[in-house]
Amino acid sequence: MEQEKHHIVGYKVYIYVLLALLVLTGLSVAVTSIELGALTVAVALILAATKGALVLTYFMHLKFDSLMFRVMVSLVLAVFAVVLVVTLLDYLYM
Amino acid sequence: MSVEENVNQEPNYLEYKSNRKGLGAWIFSTDHKRIGLLYLYSIMSLFFIGATLGLLMKFELIAPGKTIMEAQTYNGIFTLHGIIMIFLIVIPGLPAVFGNFLLPIMIGAKDVAFPRLNLLSWWIYVLGALVAVSSQFLGDGPPDTGWTFYAPYSFKTTTNMLPAVLGAFILGFSSILTGLNFIVTIHRLRAPGMGWFKMPLFPWTLYGTAWIQLLATPIVGITLLMIVAERMLQIGFFDPALGGDPVLYQHLFWIYSHPAVYIMILPAMGAISEIIPTFAKKTIFGYKAIVASTLAIAFVGYFVWGHHMFASGMSTFSLYTFSILTFLVAIPSAIKVFNWLATMHKGSISPETPFYWAVSFIFVFLIGGLSGLVLGALATNVHLHDTNFVVAHFHFIVFGGTGFAFMGAMHYWFPKIYGRMYDTGWANTGWMIFFIGFVTLYLPMFYLGMIGMPRRYYDYLPVFHGPNIISTIGSWVMISGLIIIVVNLFRSAKYGKPAVKNPWGGRTLEWEVGSPPTLENFDTIPTVTRRPYDYS
Amino acid sequence: MELHRDDTASKLGMWLFIFTELLLFGGLFIVYSVFRYKNSQAFHLAAEELDTFIGTVNTVILLISSMTIAMSVTAIQKKNKKLTLILLSITQVLALAFMVNKYFEWGAKIEHGLFPGSSSLADLGHGDVLFFGLYFAMTGLHAFHIIVGMIFIGWIMVYVAKDKQSHDNYALLENSGLYWHLVDLIWIFLFPLFYLII
Repeated sequence: MEQEKHHIVGYKVYIYVLLALLVLTGLSVAVTSIELGALTVAVALILAATKGALVLTYFMHLKFDSLMFRVMVSLVLAVFAVVLVVTLLDYLYM
Repeated sequence: MSVEENVNQEPNYLEYKSNRKGLGAWIFSTDHKRIGLLYLYSIMSLFFIGATLGLLMKFELIAPGKTIMEAQTYNGIFTLHGIIMIFLIVIPGLPAVFGNFLLPIMIGAKDVAFPRLNLLSWWIYVLGALVAVSSQFLGDGPPDTGWTFYAPYSFKTTTNMLPAVLGAFILGFSSILTGLNFIVTIHRLRAPGMGWFKMPLFPWTLYGTAWIQLLATPIVGITLLMIVAERMLQIGFFDPALGGDPVLYQHLFWIYSHPAVYIMILPAMGAISEIIPTFAKKTIFGYKAIVASTLAIAFVGYFVWGHHMFASGMSTFSLYTFSILTFLVAIPSAIKVFNWLATMHKGSISPETPFYWAVSFIFVFLIGGLSGLVLGALATNVHLHDTNFVVAHFHFIVFGGTGFAFMGAMHYWFPKIYGRMYDTGWANTGWMIFFIGFVTLYLPMFYLGMIGMPRRYYDYLPVFHGPNIISTIGSWVMISGLIIIVVNLFRSAKYGKPAVKNPWGGRTLEWEVGSPPTLENFDTIPTVTRRPYDYS
Repeated sequence: MELHRDDTASKLGMWLFIFTELLLFGGLFIVYSVFRYKNSQAFHLAAEELDTFIGTVNTVILLISSMTIAMSVTAIQKKNKKLTLILLSITQVLALAFMVNKYFEWGAKIEHGLFPGSSSLADLGHGDVLFFGLYFAMTGLHAFHIIVGMIFIGWIMVYVAKDKQSHDNYALLENSGLYWHLVDLIWIFLFPLFYLII
């Protein structure tokens, strides 16, 4: 079998990512004290999605792995998102 | 041993001696070929049970009123019939038997990517089957909800739901792990030179199917657990009294169960795509279009589930969306049918048993598919929902589709699997009788549905009597054909004439290894240069 | 039969398994979305029963544990076996802390009669029944995955100690990391959906 490139991610990268994640977590909590009405869910989900993207990209190594993994993850998330939205739309349009 | 075998002396996979003896050498084997046969024998045994249940149902329906059983028994029988046929036969069916046996060989590999996981998949299948069937014997009576376990009845019924639901849950793992294994196998173990577009079409369909197995099954898994939580903990998701919504159950259930029908039909179409070029001695027409159609069916198939729910009270927006998407998903299937016919056109037809199954597949699949469009149109659906029309539709497309393709595949790859030929005369006779019986059994159900006979009904109005008699007689004819076919295959596996490597003149890799193959299929992994189905 | 390893195949297998987990939880997220949409006021009120502070602490715990296990892969690549084991141990301790918090949270809810099937919960109305049904179902399924994760990581720690995982053979360690990040990822979404509804 072919020898795969062994990309070593430095400890510092992980520390920076953690700091970013902690900041975003703090933000999500802080934002709850602001009255956003209908936007509440959107803001919460955008912040969560950003955190998720950081975990996927750095902790889960997607940035450094072959494109195939990024394509698969994107497609799977897209399929799930569409299924979720289509189901919700049924209730929205009731 | 095959006739032209050189003095190699390497035993084939059936004779191979491992450090285990007897049954243990099979049920603990990680050889994909033996695992394929383990699935074949398990599935055949369960099919025997499922078919018997079907025959009993048809016998009950030969006349209005009670014939041989009470209504409650009838409900339990159609429930178990569905559970067995769907979860234990047609969903695993072609991937577990022919996928396991043929996939590695067709792509030039020695086995699948994770052979031990493969064996585990079979053990989980057996466990799931036992748990599901145990529902008949323990507790307060066999489940009577139908295989669809609709809420709220599924959490209110006093019958034995938990083993049935948990059995289905366990079986889901078997399906998921098989899908996972096949995806990694196809990505990583193709022989040198076999780029994606040199891969034969059966592996392509297994690939599309594997993604559906992987992504759709977990949703029904969690939904079944929700039913368990509803029954045991009164969690409330589907109970209107607690704020829940039974229609949400239907959404979640069909989000899996619609893609599941593509798990059933894609490998079936793949087998047909293998058979037709071989017996037309002509390369497949539109290879890339068939690949694209396979992926399109797999993808679009995720978004049409609502067509099972047109009468449930969904929003108008959803009604329109699902109806349009349902019509769209029919297009790639039609492309495949066109391409199969175009392959046969001006080909040199070799009228052998697999070819008869393939051609009759196209016939029954067309009827099933077109009747699906009738159901996919909103106005006609309202009239036909939950009638026998639906029963006819899915038997034509699932039994006709997956079932006929399974038979075709069985007769096509039989020489490869057992190293023997079956008796063609009996095989063709069996096919003919089966086909006539099949059409006689299911065609009247379209008419019965249109004039208003509901499905899952134990009793019916006298006006429905005539067609029901015809249908029941059809079931007897069909079963006679099936018995002939199965007995022929059984006898031929033991006593048939030894087969050569390539009895049909096929142009895919499995015809270049022994009939039967050795343990590791290939002495050396081949380097692929030609496309599949190359008859030039 | 020659034995060869295909680490990419292992990684692909793990990712495919992760996809199934995403869809498994996804089903519950679908149920959550529908019922939150239909009962937004009630969900808002019910969420006030949850302790945002403990939820935040648990989020921080999991984020740090994700970092430590990611670092353990770097450590093993740099042939630092001792650091690898230290980082994995920290991950385990953090996971245990998470579970302890969960235990107390759940205990408090159950003591107050807020659990699926309880009549006091049913009395509070549909929105509360659904909110707490989802709360227990989703955090429960999540907690189950934490326990499985801890067993998986513990097993890998034994392998590392015995040199069955090392600088040129660490696919299993990496895969256990991927599994753990999945557990973290799910919580990243559970946290705002249950604790931060304002």
